[in-house]
Amino acid sequence: MDTSKRYQAGTMATELVMLLIGLVFLVPFYFLFVNSVKTFGDLLTNAASLPASLEWGNYVRAFQTTNFPSAFFNSAIITIVSNLLLVLISSMAAYRMVRRNTRFNRVLFLLFVAAMVVPFQSIMIPLVKVTSTLGLMNSIPGLIICYLGFGVPMSVFLLHGFIKSIPAEIEEAATVDGSNAYGVFFRVVLPLMKPMLVTVFILNTLWIWNDYLLPSLILQSQELRTIPIATFAFFGQYTKQWDLALPALVMGIMPVIIFFLFMQKYIIEGITQGAVKG
Amino acid sequence: MNGKKSSQIIQQLVFAGPATLFFILIIVIPFLLGLYYSFTNWNGVSGEVSWVGLSNYQQIFTSDDAFRTSFWFTAKFTVLGVLLTNVLGFFLAYLLTKPLKTRNILRTIFFMPNVIGGLLLGFIWQFIFVRGFTAIGDSTGCSFFTLPWLGTENTAFWAIVIVFVWQTAGYLMVIYISSLNNVPKDMIEAAEIDGANRFQMLRSIIIPLIMPAATICLFLAISWSFKMFDLNLSLTKGGPFGSTESVAMNIYNEAFSKNRYGLGTAKAIIFFLIVAIITSLQVKLTKSKEVEA
Repeated sequence: MDTSKRYQAGTMATELVMLLIGLVFLVPFYFLFVNSVKTFGDLLTNAASLPASLEWGNYVRAFQTTNFPSAFFNSAIITIVSNLLLVLISSMAAYRMVRRNTRFNRVLFLLFVAAMVVPFQSIMIPLVKVTSTLGLMNSIPGLIICYLGFGVPMSVFLLHGFIKSIPAEIEEAATVDGSNAYGVFFRVVLPLMKPMLVTVFILNTLWIWNDYLLPSLILQSQELRTIPIATFAFFGQYTKQWDLALPALVMGIMPVIIFFLFMQKYIIEGITQGAVKG
Repeated sequence: MNGKKSSQIIQQLVFAGPATLFFILIIVIPFLLGLYYSFTNWNGVSGEVSWVGLSNYQQIFTSDDAFRTSFWFTAKFTVLGVLLTNVLGFFLAYLLTKPLKTRNILRTIFFMPNVIGGLLLGFIWQFIFVRGFTAIGDSTGCSFFTLPWLGTENTAFWAIVIVFVWQTAGYLMVIYISSLNNVPKDMIEAAEIDGANRFQMLRSIIIPLIMPAATICLFLAISWSFKMFDLNLSLTKGGPFGSTESVAMNIYNEAFSKNRYGLGTAKAIIFFLIVAIITSLQVKLTKSKEVEA
């Protein structure tokens, strides 16, 4: 009796402490949102207070100066197309490597695993040379090809681990029924891989959507800018103009925050899965 | 028989070909080229590239103060950042496995900073450090908030550490939670019956059992902090006076601002070796501490 009471009091204390930490975690968002609707004078005099008046016009001006729809559209196209192609080519490669365990495929797999340790920055300089030789510079398809190259190692690695857990007998049954290798893969194996495909999709989405360095090296034209590049360019131009910059930042983070809130369950699961297999 | 063999080759090409091709084009070739360029005086523009032997490496190790500064900054940042984000991540996870009413919403809040890219986060925090902290300081009179956060070398360093921990702790928390949920309940109960207090339980049972998660979390945190670039760029731009320039940023500037591509690639190779050695040492070290439940 006594212990259960004390336990409850302890849990409540923990809960309060955690709520307090939660509030501290939210403080940056408070500052961001509150000041994004203030006049420039208002946010300079007191950034902590609530706005004296709601200046939604800040958003209109930021929307026009950053050309937000174009940046959003570019980011979305790059993220979606890279993801679909990555999931497709990685699952096909992983499947082949598991089911045809030849020496060549074993070496290839080892190379993929080894490449996961290579930091992007240690190959970015020659990459610029290679991409310009191949004519991939300043083009969205070119950037997508780069994402395919960089995404393949981890995607193959995660899917490889997953396919190993799928019993080969299921495929043999389909082969007996007269399906060829491609039919077996697309009709039998691919649907079974769904949980890990979702994980790969989530991890790659967060990476590609937020990536700054690679697109900044590949894309130069203004009309090809993604959200991180447009934000960076905007800050270079309007330094310290917070009444424009803050609404631009809010618009910049909103898509990924909304994605997170809707997909939270899958994201958390995906990260756990990705970490356990990694 | 022959037909079967050629169909196998076609299948290999169809299934594994595209992934292999992109991998070779985008990772293998640049990596090998980088190795070659690190022994040259390539400037990125002119077609003429001449072999200079080890002189780039020699220059980096003997006379490149900026690289040395950036290396020590990155090392110091990695040690503190990795330690703090893991401690906080574990602490949050440990408390979130208690039966709290608000645990789901708390988990969402702690994780949320992680979905935002480092570049945008850096800009958001620039505002917080410059305007937000000042406002808190003015209304509370707390001198911690009125420090010139991005203006001095010491505070700018801590500013980056704070944002890094805020951004990454939630991710590690998710991994620690799933590991804590796998600690067998009967072991906890047995220890309770034996009269173990909370601290003993944590030290002798829970921490040894979650070492696999710690291996992963340390690995992730080390590679994030070592490769940090975006946050650095948008929060401090390496300033003040280059004191917070990360190795990644130093490599970037060497090539793309100063046009010394040969020197830049040599730094990039050194960077690769350091990351590879540190991460593999760490995995080996923590793996040896893992126990079976």
